[in-house]
Amino acid sequence: MLLIRCPYCGERPEVEFHCGGEAHIARPETPTETSDADWAGFLYYRTNPRGVHAERWVHNHGCGRWFNALRDTVSDRFVTTYEMGTPRPEAGSDVTRA
Amino acid sequence: MLEVNVARRTPAVAPMKAASHVRVEPIGPEGRLSFRAKESALAGQSEVAGFRVDGAMNSRTVSGDRAALRLGPDEWLFTCPAADLEEVAEAISTTMDNRAFSLVDVSHRDVSFLVEGEHADFVINAGAPIDLSLRSFPVGAATRTILAKSDIVLTRLAEDSFKVTCWRSFATYVHGFLVEAAKDFA
Repeated sequence: MLLIRCPYCGERPEVEFHCGGEAHIARPETPTETSDADWAGFLYYRTNPRGVHAERWVHNHGCGRWFNALRDTVSDRFVTTYEMGTPRPEAGSDVTRA
Repeated sequence: MLEVNVARRTPAVAPMKAASHVRVEPIGPEGRLSFRAKESALAGQSEVAGFRVDGAMNSRTVSGDRAALRLGPDEWLFTCPAADLEEVAEAISTTMDNRAFSLVDVSHRDVSFLVEGEHADFVINAGAPIDLSLRSFPVGAATRTILAKSDIVLTRLAEDSFKVTCWRSFATYVHGFLVEAAKDFA
């Protein structure tokens, strides 16, 4: 079973969590002054990397808190998890990129 | 003005007999309050109206007949005797006067079961993937988790004694599931 380390509860089974897509995507401060292309970028365009990916996760069948996680999209290994509002930690990838 | 819910409801489940040495029994009415407050609102207080709010995450702190289950960094489930509920709710709102908090009476939302006996942890683990070894889930631990398809609040009262709290509408399902799982330990 895949264990995910919640920053508040510690290691818990994956079924208690839900993924909320890519992390660190800031909504433009004034959408009316944003060009259509930039707005579309904010709404729909994601990095979808091969390797380490910053994601939002919620421990909804636990403490109910959102947090961020660095997960390797190739190995599905969680590199680290960290609280919302903190900057993305430096972390290397599991895979050697071709 | 404090709004007090005076609804009285009939029990959600009838006791079921399980041919097992793990007993699964519905617990009678109990006062339950969902309390939320940020650290800044608590201002370093260690208790609110007799409920300890300085317990560790995912732990149950008992003082007298009142218990505080810390389910999240800013979320507690307070339990007390059903008869004291209104008085307790008043006391909490008086103590937290002029500070941001949320207090909801969820007494009638939930139904609790006692799962007790040797291998009680195995019975819970039939539906909950959480690690119930004494090292990671010691006596006094309390957390929200999953039992089969239902969200539950699980508390370890003693090494072989657990309290399972679920929503009223899931009660027959959870009860049936636990009784079924207990049959493996006849």
